[in-house]
Amino acid sequence: MAYSDEDFQVMDSIIKRYPRSRSAIMPLLHYVQSKAGYVTNEGIEVIAKVLQLEAAEVTAVSTFYTQYKPTPVGEYHVGVCTNTLCAVMGGDAIFDSLKDHLGIGNDEVTADGKVSLEHIECNAACDYAPVVMANWEFYDNQTVESAKELVDSMRAGNPKPPTRGPNKLVTWKEASAVLAGLNDGLAHEGVQAGEPTLLGLKLSKEGK
Amino acid sequence: MTKLAPVLSAHWDEKDSFTLEGYKRHGGYTASAKALAMDPDAVIQLVKDSGLRGRGGAGFPTGMKWGFIPQGDNKDHYLVVNADESEPGTCKDTPLLMANPHVLIEGCIIACHAIRAKHAFIYIRGEVTHVVRRVNQAIEDAYAAGILGNGIDVVLHIGAGAYICGEETALLDSLEGFRGQPRLRPPFPAIAGLYARPTVVNNVESIASVPAIIKNGAEWYQSMGTEKSKGTTLYSLSGHVVNPGQFEAPLGITLREILDLAGGVRPGHKLKFWTPGGSSTPLFTDAHLDTPLDYEGVAAAGSMLGTKALQIFDETTCVVRAVLRWTEFYKHESCGKCTPCREGTWWLVQILRDLEAGKGTEADLAKLLDLCDNIMGRSFCALGDGATSPITSSIKYFRDEYIAHLTHGACPFDPVASTLFAGAGA
Repeated sequence: MAYSDEDFQVMDSIIKRYPRSRSAIMPLLHYVQSKAGYVTNEGIEVIAKVLQLEAAEVTAVSTFYTQYKPTPVGEYHVGVCTNTLCAVMGGDAIFDSLKDHLGIGNDEVTADGKVSLEHIECNAACDYAPVVMANWEFYDNQTVESAKELVDSMRAGNPKPPTRGPNKLVTWKEASAVLAGLNDGLAHEGVQAGEPTLLGLKLSKEGK
Repeated sequence: MTKLAPVLSAHWDEKDSFTLEGYKRHGGYTASAKALAMDPDAVIQLVKDSGLRGRGGAGFPTGMKWGFIPQGDNKDHYLVVNADESEPGTCKDTPLLMANPHVLIEGCIIACHAIRAKHAFIYIRGEVTHVVRRVNQAIEDAYAAGILGNGIDVVLHIGAGAYICGEETALLDSLEGFRGQPRLRPPFPAIAGLYARPTVVNNVESIASVPAIIKNGAEWYQSMGTEKSKGTTLYSLSGHVVNPGQFEAPLGITLREILDLAGGVRPGHKLKFWTPGGSSTPLFTDAHLDTPLDYEGVAAAGSMLGTKALQIFDETTCVVRAVLRWTEFYKHESCGKCTPCREGTWWLVQILRDLEAGKGTEADLAKLLDLCDNIMGRSFCALGDGATSPITSSIKYFRDEYIAHLTHGACPFDPVASTLFAGAGA
């Protein structure tokens, strides 16, 4: 894909956030993923050009961080937390069943390009364990069944909404634009907090 | 009985708590207005007097950290907020930012004024799309309302999946556009931090605690907590409990008290082991139910308060499996810069995999402890130290369980029994 003048303007606005241009590498890599779906060689070259770096310098950064994908992921990228607490609470069972159900392994994509699967590390939602993420949106308190239903809804083109997130699950590319720091106008959607987040406050109001 | 004391979480139950309007309804941005009218040194002194200590794990006094920034040096100063919440079990900053991002922005304004910085950066982990939206929108709204942009700028920087970037100097390298690897210290960030300029790096909860301190005063904050651990903090309870969640309480509350509030360990089961502050803090057992959860109390009992991430595991959980999984995490997240951590975590995983499968020998336990001894204190940063905590503490308390794997020739536990779904009604 070719990057348009408008794309270069967006990249310029990202660079201008920082006192020094090199700091923009990470949001620019997210931006490249929002355009191409993953970190392409072309994307690396474009970033190197706008930051006046060598392509190797950009690649060195890109390969350090697990969210930058060297190959295409699905329209909906599903991460199952298998760090200790979620794994014990059911994350291992969920991950195994999704691999079976989708017929793919870790870091693989379904043939229709809809869903990819990855086992992820702790995603800071342990009071909602077991946790599944899709395009890095929260799906709290999952079971084997609910996770299967979730990926089925994705393959049917009508993904279930996140538990704590916008009213509709955005695509991987759209989420990547948010992670490049671009505002998609959905911040006001969804709950301000789930029940576990509010538990202590609720008990305190009951005099505890 | 210690009473809960919601300060940070006081208005999270209001549906628009994350908006500027919702925040202003409860006096939002009056603390920054008050602080901006004060002498910066007086702000630092007030935060020192409050006794606020870092909530990111190390517990360093926040006001003292601000006081280390050289003044009159004609250099740019920076505030960097560590929102890269990734320590296993830790889940306090993420819900805080989802429910109330403005309190962090107000804290940034106050801290920038105190350390004479014009620029604050919020480094948030990349795996939380909706939290990124909320913080980004809050920053935009603060600019539109003229709260930001009048001498203080806040920039949101979004990470990309690297636990190590929660280490403050790795975070700075990452923010400068490099691979996130820790720096040798000295020089410390207060002297040469972001872009080699004097920099304060603070955790989200630390900075978010500042507006209430400015508003209500140091004495008010001092009135809560214990002798050396002042104020309130977020305790995050997760795992095999009836009602997991966030509990904001004065420092020094005990796990027994929090478990009582949460309805206890799930019915028919009993507490086996837990972390007081994430997976990098040595494990506790039911012998530590009455340990005061403040910086001193937890340290005296042989662990660390850390991030107050209370992960609860009942007797259905295999401690070897739990420790192996954490160790695989540290191996995966080791940045590779220093040899003890890069090579050591790899060997720890190999040995633990054998032990968990019942294939090792008792001599492997000694080898594990020897490896830990060679990683602990010999690594560039605390990741290596943290990797040894679950191993050494689990062997200390559950040596018999490691041996049982060897005598069984396999793991003696049924993993189904420890899941949330199998646990229902069990």
